[in-house]
Amino acid sequence: MARQNDAPPDDVAVVLATEGPHGPVIHATNRAARLAGIGAGARVVDMRAICPDLQVEYSDVAGDKQALDRLALWARRWCPWTVVDGPDGLIFDTTGADHLWGGEPAMLVEMETRLSLLGLSSRLAVAPTWGAAWALARFGPVRAICPFDQLAARIAPLPVAGLRLDGDTLLLLQRLGLKTIGAVAEVPRLSLARRFIRSALPANPLLRLDQVMETLAEPVASIEAQPRIRAEARLSEPIQDPTHYLPSLCADLCAQLAHAGLGCRKLYLTVYRTDGEVSMVDLIIASGSRDPHHLHGLFKGKLERINPGFGFDLITLDAGMVEPLGTVQTRLDGRAEADVQLPQLIDRLAARFGSKAIKQPILQASYMPERAESWSNAAPKNHTTFPDLVKERPIRLLTSPEEIRVLYAVPEGPPAQFMWRKQIHRVARYEGPERIAPEWWKDRPGTRLRDYFKIEDQTGRRFWLFREGLHEDGRGGDPRWFLHGMFA
Amino acid sequence: MSQNESGRPYLPGLMTQRPVIHITLPRAADVLWAMEEGLRCASLAAVIGEVWGAPHVLDFTATKRLATRAETNNLPCWLIRRGATPDLSAARNRWRIASLPSLAHPYDPQAPGDPRWQVELFRSRQADPGTWVATYDRAADRVDFSAAFRDGAVADSDGSAERRAAG
Repeated sequence: MARQNDAPPDDVAVVLATEGPHGPVIHATNRAARLAGIGAGARVVDMRAICPDLQVEYSDVAGDKQALDRLALWARRWCPWTVVDGPDGLIFDTTGADHLWGGEPAMLVEMETRLSLLGLSSRLAVAPTWGAAWALARFGPVRAICPFDQLAARIAPLPVAGLRLDGDTLLLLQRLGLKTIGAVAEVPRLSLARRFIRSALPANPLLRLDQVMETLAEPVASIEAQPRIRAEARLSEPIQDPTHYLPSLCADLCAQLAHAGLGCRKLYLTVYRTDGEVSMVDLIIASGSRDPHHLHGLFKGKLERINPGFGFDLITLDAGMVEPLGTVQTRLDGRAEADVQLPQLIDRLAARFGSKAIKQPILQASYMPERAESWSNAAPKNHTTFPDLVKERPIRLLTSPEEIRVLYAVPEGPPAQFMWRKQIHRVARYEGPERIAPEWWKDRPGTRLRDYFKIEDQTGRRFWLFREGLHEDGRGGDPRWFLHGMFA
Repeated sequence: MSQNESGRPYLPGLMTQRPVIHITLPRAADVLWAMEEGLRCASLAAVIGEVWGAPHVLDFTATKRLATRAETNNLPCWLIRRGATPDLSAARNRWRIASLPSLAHPYDPQAPGDPRWQVELFRSRQADPGTWVATYDRAADRVDFSAAFRDGAVADSDGSAERRAAG
């Protein structure tokens, strides 16, 4: 069982929450939160009452599942047959693989060390069946190892929650007074079968018990890893510059990708130096591609980052993040289609300036001007739907509002004159105020409201100013004025 | 520099349905390189670059490269120059734009109405130079040119145009 380890220190109670029907519900907790008496399934507001300085983060369930899928493939380093088990577990079929790591105890220590290097805390157990390993990992001793002949004895003291039953059945067993797996096993088989004859597998303690005791088979159906796509050039003697080998490597890789009907979104160029060192350059591509000219062009200016040392004699080019890609027909005049060109442009720009420089604004549903657009990485598929704006908005917005000094006639009204960047602007005409209240569900308590004015000064420049707060609103001193944007 | 001085484009105010790709670069040479790359791509609708001041890389050769590439690919390209003096440039149309007090608001005498600019075409290959007053009609999403001081044909601003904005 692997649980995502949180970055905050261990003595701060942190919980992960998901949206429930009546507000956020706790999905996972850390150790400090568990010690404070907070369990999964409770509502966040109730637990805030128990533990006022509780930190709540929203959980990323889909991301966790993807990470676990990747981890299952990564875990093939220990044994070739791995599968994801539920939202928080991995099952390895280590039959015949444990002697490679020096026996089962040494293998468990090795696994725990490797997982903790990844920042994951783990609870491990070895057992003859899937069900027994599940129960021992969650409720048994640390790094439990259960030989086949002791299976019944080791499983018996564990609580019935180790039988992988749903909540209603667990409650029923608890009401019947059956607290341990051993107690369930001692009940005559006929009466258990009669009681749970119509229940499905997750609600049937008898079938679950049979799975633990290996009377009912539960095979591990391993998923197949995607084949690794790589092109390599073995050289007869070491060289210092891989430039001349890149076109043929790219062509080879793209031929393999085309054969498999795939496109790659990452490229790794690795050189193996004669002194045993390895040097690597990686590239990220905006959308799946297998165009050798395009991929080759992206390495322009990147090869200087390779440290050749005394030369290298093996160059490999690996494709990462492969995804299915259909064949695209070029036009009759030989030029590429327009929807292929845009991702390639983004790639060329990102390869030269870094992907952080290239952004795409996306409209968001928010009245706060900063939150009305979000900046995401440029992708050719992003499309924004345009909401109906009632009020006019400036065409340019300052990165952060700049404070100005104002003279005003009426405290609630517009300024008569203001000073911005050491220049005095007299207000000729104004429009407003447009009041934008803070978003209480996002902002910190005490955030002041904003009154926006559209101001035109004596030379015709049009600005967007706001006053933060009101006089006597009990949230700080006198209101401050800021300049936030410019109109056309 | 230009972003720090005058802010970044704000999508809710631009009223555009098309996706916008925005690149922020610290050096003028990189801006010109990115504009040329953009002009090579037929999927874009237009390329707009903005450079602050008069860096030495932005010379006659650089503007000529932009202009010829825009004409080859038939893509409109604008180069906005802020805080600059009108020096040598190969742009096909060069404009100088300054803001004017806006029109009267139809309902509120205190409020600014539709914006107006003074637009001067001071160098052009296709049209005679002239000065106009441009008005933006927000309801119709249209810019109207009206002759202010003397008559002149209303020119398209296709091709690379230089513009010095003050608002």
